[in-house]
Amino acid sequence: MCRLFSITSREPLSPMVAIRALDVMKEGHDGSGVGLFLTDLGGDFEQFRGGPILSGIFSNTGIKALDRYMMDMDFMTKYKLSFRPTKRPPAGTPRRDNYLVRVYEYPPDWENLPEAEIQRRLMMCRLQLREMGEQDGSMMVFSFWPDVIMIKEVGDPTAVADYLGLNRKELQARTILAQGRQNTNYAINIYACHPFFIQGMATMTNGENTAFVPIREFLMSRKEPGYVGYQSDSEVFTHILHYSLNHLNLDLETYKHVITPLKDSELESHPNGPWLRVLKQSCRPLIIDGPNCVMGCLPDKTLFMVQDSKKLRPGVVGGNPGMFAFSSEMCGLDAAIPARDKSRDFQPMRYDTVFVGPERQEVGRWNQMDSLSRLH
Amino acid sequence: MEPDGQLKPSTLSTKDLPWQILWSKEKCCLCGRCTAVCPVQAIELGVHRKRVLQIALGLSEKPGNVFGVYHGIRQRTDIAHACIGCGMCDMVCPNHAILPIHNDEPDKLRFHINQGGVPRRRGGRRNARESLLDGIKFIRISMLTDPALDAGRHEFELRTLLGRILPPEEALGVGREGGWLPPVREIYPLILGSMSFGALSPTMWEGLQMGVAYLNEEMGMPVRFATGEGGCPPRLLRSRFLKYVILQIASGYFGWDEIIHALPEMKEDPCAIEIKYGQGAKPGDGGLLMWYKVNRLIAAIRGVPTGVNLPSPPTHQTKYSIEEAVAKMIQSMAMAWGFRVPVYPKISATSTALAVLNNLTRNPYAAALAMDGEDGGTGAAYNVSMDQMGHPIAGIVRDAYLNLVKIGKQNEIPIFAGGGVGKNGNLAANAAALIMLGASGVQVGKTIMQAAAGCLGSEADRCNICNIGLCPKGITSQDPRLYRRLDPEKVAERLVEVVLSFDTELKKIVAPLGRSTSLPIGMSDAIGITDRHAAERLGIRHVL
Repeated sequence: MCRLFSITSREPLSPMVAIRALDVMKEGHDGSGVGLFLTDLGGDFEQFRGGPILSGIFSNTGIKALDRYMMDMDFMTKYKLSFRPTKRPPAGTPRRDNYLVRVYEYPPDWENLPEAEIQRRLMMCRLQLREMGEQDGSMMVFSFWPDVIMIKEVGDPTAVADYLGLNRKELQARTILAQGRQNTNYAINIYACHPFFIQGMATMTNGENTAFVPIREFLMSRKEPGYVGYQSDSEVFTHILHYSLNHLNLDLETYKHVITPLKDSELESHPNGPWLRVLKQSCRPLIIDGPNCVMGCLPDKTLFMVQDSKKLRPGVVGGNPGMFAFSSEMCGLDAAIPARDKSRDFQPMRYDTVFVGPERQEVGRWNQMDSLSRLH
Repeated sequence: MEPDGQLKPSTLSTKDLPWQILWSKEKCCLCGRCTAVCPVQAIELGVHRKRVLQIALGLSEKPGNVFGVYHGIRQRTDIAHACIGCGMCDMVCPNHAILPIHNDEPDKLRFHINQGGVPRRRGGRRNARESLLDGIKFIRISMLTDPALDAGRHEFELRTLLGRILPPEEALGVGREGGWLPPVREIYPLILGSMSFGALSPTMWEGLQMGVAYLNEEMGMPVRFATGEGGCPPRLLRSRFLKYVILQIASGYFGWDEIIHALPEMKEDPCAIEIKYGQGAKPGDGGLLMWYKVNRLIAAIRGVPTGVNLPSPPTHQTKYSIEEAVAKMIQSMAMAWGFRVPVYPKISATSTALAVLNNLTRNPYAAALAMDGEDGGTGAAYNVSMDQMGHPIAGIVRDAYLNLVKIGKQNEIPIFAGGGVGKNGNLAANAAALIMLGASGVQVGKTIMQAAAGCLGSEADRCNICNIGLCPKGITSQDPRLYRRLDPEKVAERLVEVVLSFDTELKKIVAPLGRSTSLPIGMSDAIGITDRHAAERLGIRHVL
């Protein structure tokens, strides 16, 4: 089983906070991999907030291909943080040439483009680089987006973090998602490692999505170039979120109604029943199944957690104004924020969506049985 | 052999027949029930002459003999009275002194059931026992990475949708800006039918309707019943139970005069309208109700004279192109109920099904597509149509679903599959397999007749005389002496039992697959088959 941990803090934190939380939950995961999503960056990256950041793993030839591609696109490197580990990698971790985090300056001719077009182009660049890299394994690209860094590797999270030196002061973020397991249900593939990212949003999941194949078929037939990959059945959670927000103009509260809609009998007495019924019917292929706890982050840095319709996976949220954490297990939360009012910890159940907005003042909660706060 | 010793080409012995009657003189009490009950008078009173030798011990007396007579039954061998193997003789015999036994070799009768130049007609379904659906296994069992669910204790949402579902962008747009949302029914994925009033006896129809009403109103299971082509009893049309009924219109338009006249008095809309363009048992052929069954009641509902054959044309006479005429028909039916009722076509599975489907995707009023495979049953058809015509259902469902996936409309036009679902008793497994291949639900007729009413028909060509109104169980007869044998209350009870057990079995299939939140439509990773070619063709896992 995966273990998930995410934290949002007014003050920038080292990703090691999340790694340590994963470590105390180690009994619950097999330490086979680690995935990190960092946003609302502090440290050295704070000054480059607007510029897109490329995160990935590159071989030496991959770096050259990347440079050629980026130069052709007229991107200019503004800042880079390269991990070139010299030590022996930990057990199970392959030796890589370069872990790369690089901030670019937009091509000059993008200057007057609308925001949506810039976002589309950034995604297309990531997809093209990913495709180029897949041919010879020279590049693995996780994200290309302003104010977002992603790091993924196979191996024990703590050992990998030490190996990569993730405690360096340049690397800090106010919002962090961390997941402690390589996907073991399918072939070992770094692209199968959570969190998954698309256009500023990321999610990670503890569990298995048994409705994966029909959902993947539905997403792939939406004519959205970003809906590719699917080395893991959990990647669909990210794409469903993206589809709901960016294509259907829904909000986070409605995400839960898309993936685990209310039963017909429950809809009959729901204040928004007729609308929710239409949503349920038209998004029927996006209904998830199986045990799943989903944590994610929206482009506005809102962190959230939702459970499957039976609440078959653990998950808790707690903290203090200014710092909240979502964790698969209480011990992870205790490790990260020991000084908090534990009586205010909340374990979302099957109807709940919990979230902490960008102001980080409180844990918000929506219950599916309540009327929607925004009229659609 | 006739008394004059002449052998005609169609003179048959009992050995030439598909069924031989075994009769025990020892056990027979000569009550005559078997001869009375036999629907085709295959047996009659036999007065048998028998020579008994009388041989005394020793040499003093010469051997002699006497001719005696004993009474029993005689199996007739003429074609019209060949035993059909129904076994009613055994059922009524107090001593079980009689039993039809299937010939151990292919019979010769089949070469002769065309007397007068009329090919064989019968009821039932394709006389072939194999079923590809039975070979599909459910292989993706949730184990340790995700726990299997508990079929007995967890909640399951197993309903499906019948109706045109708009893509999310459009559906939510209508919600925001107003407009027409096509009607969508949330129903149970097992649809009964389509079996007409006329093909079925009044008691059978009544029993099924009562069972459906009970399932809906007492068990909360939205099971629907499709009428077939034959109209609908007027009282049902004007009752609240109409909402559980899918009214079928077919090329003969039988019963539609009555339906249209009832429109202003309807308390409820029907569940849906099914426009039958074809059926799996006799693809490319119209419905057929033979004259034996057209009594006054049937004639009145259908608006025809009594005692005439009712062969529906193979195609709707108004139809010359799918783009125009079919679209118009769908639209007209939708308009008749103010666009509040889903209207969908039913076709026989065919290699041209994708063309139909593609066309329907462009018709905003088409609510679904029902396809009926070659193993579908019927009350009456030519034997050749039943045995040789048509396409298996599994491959067509898969093709259709994948075609919809390719154009991104897999949720917009639900596919309903019929034809041989549960033909060997594996109703839930067959239904689940079709659903995972891409069907939104299944239509089932013959299996319900067997399970809910005790139909004796089988793919070993047993009984199968639904066409001539002599159904020994009273299921497909219009003769009160026969259909009084069938208690509608008991049919209703059995139907409820069958559907409840189907529901449990379906849960027993989906729970180990980790599915409970929605019907696993298109969950092709869950199924496999040992036949490599079938696996490749269906795009599912080949398992050994």
